[in-house]
Amino acid sequence: MGSGRFPWRETAESVRLPARCGNCYDVDAREGPGLNHEPMADESNQSEDPHVPSPSLWPIGFAVGIAVLLVGLIVNPLWISTIGGAIAVVFGVLWAREATSELRGTPVTIEPERRELAEPGAGPAGPTGTVDGLAELEQGERFPRSKFLEGSTLGLGVVIGGIVTVPVAGFALLPPFLGQKQHKVDLGPVSELKEGQWYVATFTVDPEQGEVSRRTAFIRNNGALATGGAQVPSFTIISNRCAHLGCPVQANGPSGAILGLPTVKTKTLNGDVTFNPTVPAGFGCPCHGGQYDTEGNRTAGPPVRALDRYSFEINHGRLILLSTFSVSHVDGTGSQAKIHKYKPVGPGEHVDGPEQVFYPINPPHH
Amino acid sequence: MQAAVVYPLDWLEERSGLVGGVRYFLFRKVPADTNWMQTLGSATLTAFIVQVVTGVILAMYYQPTPEGAYSSIQRITNDVTLGWLVRGMHKWGASVFIILMFLHMGRVFLFGAYKYPRELNWIVGVLILLMGMMEGFTGYLLPWDQTAYWATVVGINLNGTAPIVGPWLAQFLRGGEEIGARTLTSFYSMHMLLIPGAIIGLITLHLYLVIRLGVTSPPWSKEAAGTGSLDGQPKDLRKGLTRPSARGAGGRD
Repeated sequence: MGSGRFPWRETAESVRLPARCGNCYDVDAREGPGLNHEPMADESNQSEDPHVPSPSLWPIGFAVGIAVLLVGLIVNPLWISTIGGAIAVVFGVLWAREATSELRGTPVTIEPERRELAEPGAGPAGPTGTVDGLAELEQGERFPRSKFLEGSTLGLGVVIGGIVTVPVAGFALLPPFLGQKQHKVDLGPVSELKEGQWYVATFTVDPEQGEVSRRTAFIRNNGALATGGAQVPSFTIISNRCAHLGCPVQANGPSGAILGLPTVKTKTLNGDVTFNPTVPAGFGCPCHGGQYDTEGNRTAGPPVRALDRYSFEINHGRLILLSTFSVSHVDGTGSQAKIHKYKPVGPGEHVDGPEQVFYPINPPHH
Repeated sequence: MQAAVVYPLDWLEERSGLVGGVRYFLFRKVPADTNWMQTLGSATLTAFIVQVVTGVILAMYYQPTPEGAYSSIQRITNDVTLGWLVRGMHKWGASVFIILMFLHMGRVFLFGAYKYPRELNWIVGVLILLMGMMEGFTGYLLPWDQTAYWATVVGINLNGTAPIVGPWLAQFLRGGEEIGARTLTSFYSMHMLLIPGAIIGLITLHLYLVIRLGVTSPPWSKEAAGTGSLDGQPKDLRKGLTRPSARGAGGRD
C-alpha cells in the first residue's frame, strides 16, 4: 500500500515518494535544477571562433530552380519542370559542397600524390603517402564518426520527409489548378427564343456535378446580324455573376407570367433548362447594391467592371454556351454592341485602368 | 478508502511522474492580486474544448456532399435525439469562442501582459486568433443553405481581390474554377482536421509559455511595483511570480 498522505495541497515542496524500497529514486525534482534551460551553455562558450559561413550565390540558383520547377508544374510539367528540377539539383549539390567544404577540410589526399612526383626514385610511393595522410587524420579528427552519424540521421530524415511531403503537398495544392474542363452548355433550339425578348436562363453547367453547378444568364435574341453579306445570328448573353464579389445579379423589372409570355422549358444534356421572360430596366445585385444597364455596363455601386458574358455558338439550330469572358465596358447595344473583351478573371478584379497591375498573373483557365 | 485513491496515483506517479506534472500545471503559484479578468484565457480554452467535443459528435451525422449536407443538418436538428442541442452548442459556441478570444486579447493588452518576456506568447495568441477566424469561415459553409453558399462565394471572392496572390488563393479555396462538391469537402476537411490540429498545437505552446513565464500582476499591483505588500499574505506568495522563470527568462517583474 502507498502512503496515507499524498501531498495534494503542499505545493511548495516536491513530491517525494514513500520510501518503499531502498533504491527508489526521487521522481520529482522541481525544487532542484529540473528543466535545464541552458544545456548548451558550455558548448556555446567553447566555440570562440563562431561558425560563420561565407556568403554564397548557390542558394539563389537553387531557389531559381525551385521556382522554375513550380511554374513548370502549372505551365508544362514535362519539360519546364524537368529543367527546373535539374537546375535545383545542380545548384543544390554545389551549395552543399560549399557548405561542407570546411568540414571536409583541405583535400588531404593530394599531398601524397605530390610527394610521389617529387621522389620518383622511391618506387611505388603509395604506401608512404597513405601513411602520411592517415597520420594527419589522426592528429585532429576533423570529421568524427559521431558527427557523420548525426548528419546522416538528420539527412535521411529530411530525405524521407521530403519524399513523403512533396507528393502530398502536390495533391493538396495542384488539383484546383490543373485539368479544369471547359463545359459546353446546350440550351436547346434557338427558335424557342423570341426576338428582342430578354430571358432569365438557368442551366446546369456540369451534368456530372448536378444541381450544384446550376448557373443563371440573361439572354436576348438580337435577331440576325448582316456581316459581309451573310446573316449571322446575334445573342446578348450576360452572366449573372456580379463583378463586385460574385453574388447573383437580378433583373430589375417584371418577369414571368405577369408579362403574358410563356416560360420556355427544355430538357437537354445540361438538365432542365428554363427561360423565364423578363423586361429589365437593368440589372442589380442584392448583396452590396451594384447596378448595371441592360448591356451589363456598371452604372452604380462597387463593381469594378461590366458583367461577364458567355461566348456561344449555334450548332444544328441549338444555342450552345461556351466559356465566359470578362468585359471592361460595352459601347452600343444589341447586335451593334462593341464589347471590350478580356480573358476571364474573378469578381472584383480590374481588367483595365491602373489597378490591373495588381493582378499580373491569373491561374490557368480551362 | 483513501488508500484506494492514493495507491493508484502513487503507482502512476512512480512510473511516469504524471501526477506531479498535473499538480505542477494546476497548482502553480500566482500573484496574490490576480484579477477575475485573468480567467478569460481559461474561459476561451473551455469554449474551444466545447467546440471540439460537439464538433466530433456532429461529424458522426454530417455528410459533406452537395446532395447530403443540408438534409443531414436538418436530420441532426429535427430527428436525432438532442441533436438540436449539440448543433446549437456548436453554432453559438463558435461565436462565444471568437468573442472570448477578443476579450482575452483585450485583457492582455490593457494589463500590458504582452511585454517582455511574453511577446512570443502574444504572437502565438495572434496565430490562434487567425486560426479561429479561419474555423469560422470554413464552418460557415457547411450547413450548405443559401446564406452559407453566398457568404462563402463572397468570402472567397474577397480573398480573390488581394493583389497578385488573390486569384490563386481564391481558386485554391474554391478547389477549382467554380464552387462545388470539392469546395465543400475541402472546407470540411480544413474545418475539422487541419485547423483544429493547428489550434491544439498552438494552444499547447501558448500554455507552455504561460507556465514557463508565469502570470502577470495587474498594472495597479502595489506589490509588483515594490511599493507595498498585501497585508496578511506571507511574503512567500510573491515567489509564484518569478519562480517558473527564475532560471530562464529571469524574474523581471
